Amino acid sequence: MTDTALDISLTVNGERIAERVDARTTLVDFLRESLALTGSHVGCEHGVCGACTVRVNGEIVRGCLMLAAQCDGATVETIEGLSDAGEVADLQTAFEQRNALQCGFCTPGMVLTAQDLLKRNGTPTRDEIREHISGNYCRCTGYQAIVDAVESVAQTRAGGKT
Amino acid sequence: MKPAPFAYKKVRTLDEAVALLGEHKDARLLAGGQSLIATLNMRLSQPSLLIDINGIGGLGGIAHKNGKVEIGALVRHAQAEGNELIAKYAPLIARAMPHIGHPAIRNRGTLGGSIAFADPAAELPACLLALDGEIDASGPKGKRTIRAQDFFKGLFETALGPQEVLTAIRVPAAGKDMRTGFAELARRHGDYAIVGLAASARGDGKKLSDVRLAYFGVGATAVRARKAESALAKGDIDGAVAGIELDPLDDVQATGPVKKHLAGVLLRRVARQLMEPVS
Repeated sequence: MTDTALDISLTVNGERIAERVDARTTLVDFLRESLALTGSHVGCEHGVCGACTVRVNGEIVRGCLMLAAQCDGATVETIEGLSDAGEVADLQTAFEQRNALQCGFCTPGMVLTAQDLLKRNGTPTRDEIREHISGNYCRCTGYQAIVDAVESVAQTRAGGKT
Repeated sequence: MKPAPFAYKKVRTLDEAVALLGEHKDARLLAGGQSLIATLNMRLSQPSLLIDINGIGGLGGIAHKNGKVEIGALVRHAQAEGNELIAKYAPLIARAMPHIGHPAIRNRGTLGGSIAFADPAAELPACLLALDGEIDASGPKGKRTIRAQDFFKGLFETALGPQEVLTAIRVPAAGKDMRTGFAELARRHGDYAIVGLAASARGDGKKLSDVRLAYFGVGATAVRARKAESALAKGDIDGAVAGIELDPLDDVQATGPVKKHLAGVLLRRVARQLMEPVS
């Protein structure tokens, strides 16, 4: 009645997936190794760096702090899904234009976290942006350019609505 | 690193969880997993079985009844953060929420898990202590309620028995004279505190009574600073700071003397919050 491997079925980026997973496989390892969705990165593996950020049932989570087995029946979205759907196209462009990335390792997690903020709070202050991305480490940019990029997208999106 | 192999079982009832805890002595309960899975990944913990309690019904509610606020064990931090009952009747918990981890962590982490894990640098155990809260647990002998002051026994150690499951926490609902204060110092917003302070009191203008100050990040558990409490009740902030009877040990974040100094800094900030009448 207790198993070290389990059958799970879930939706990933709109596609139905049924796989057998080891109980110990984390969600991010499952996405990367079983589904070849390597946009979600594995950094610290203990919830500090935010590189593995993905969406589960619409909310951002740490992909390294959830087991694939826990996602049976869940809807998972990764940077590949958001990117293909065009949901974060403006953020991606702003990150590129403002040099908000250098090596790019943190970028997928950063974009998901920024999008999460902009969905809840259309016009965050710079302090609010910094607070929301406080769980995502970037070792290249010093964050200033990332905050610039998120702020500019927030302004553009708000402008487009009025 | 990757976790060592373990088995996984999602249970639907408390009885099932309690029974499995009896059968597998080294099993661990999986709630939000935001501390547990990190320790598994680091192989600091290698249980043979994870019992996923997220499918148990009735542990995810927030209610205001009989003068208390009851929060189910599986209520997630993000849910508590935006909850109107908690904002109104448990304002200290509302104040503490934004300091706990980061948005992605708060979407998964549970209040019950934080209390049961009893990390000495965590915010919620100190809040429960400052509020004279209580904890409900279910085990093979049925249900019982444990006062917060009797619950936190030592480093990551609680009064829960090996087969007991934390089901809810309860705090007295704030009345009109309730004052709360909360402050912490951390290197990065959302990280575990170097030192933190959760406080509650009754207030009449600037005058305080029933002051409860609970420090965290300064020892094996959250601790009350009782001399400072009585000084603060007399309006003596300098006396309260001088009376902080803590002797924190050095840790990776700061030395004991630095922590003690910071405890005084926080006390002055929290005293200001407590002395502000609620508008």
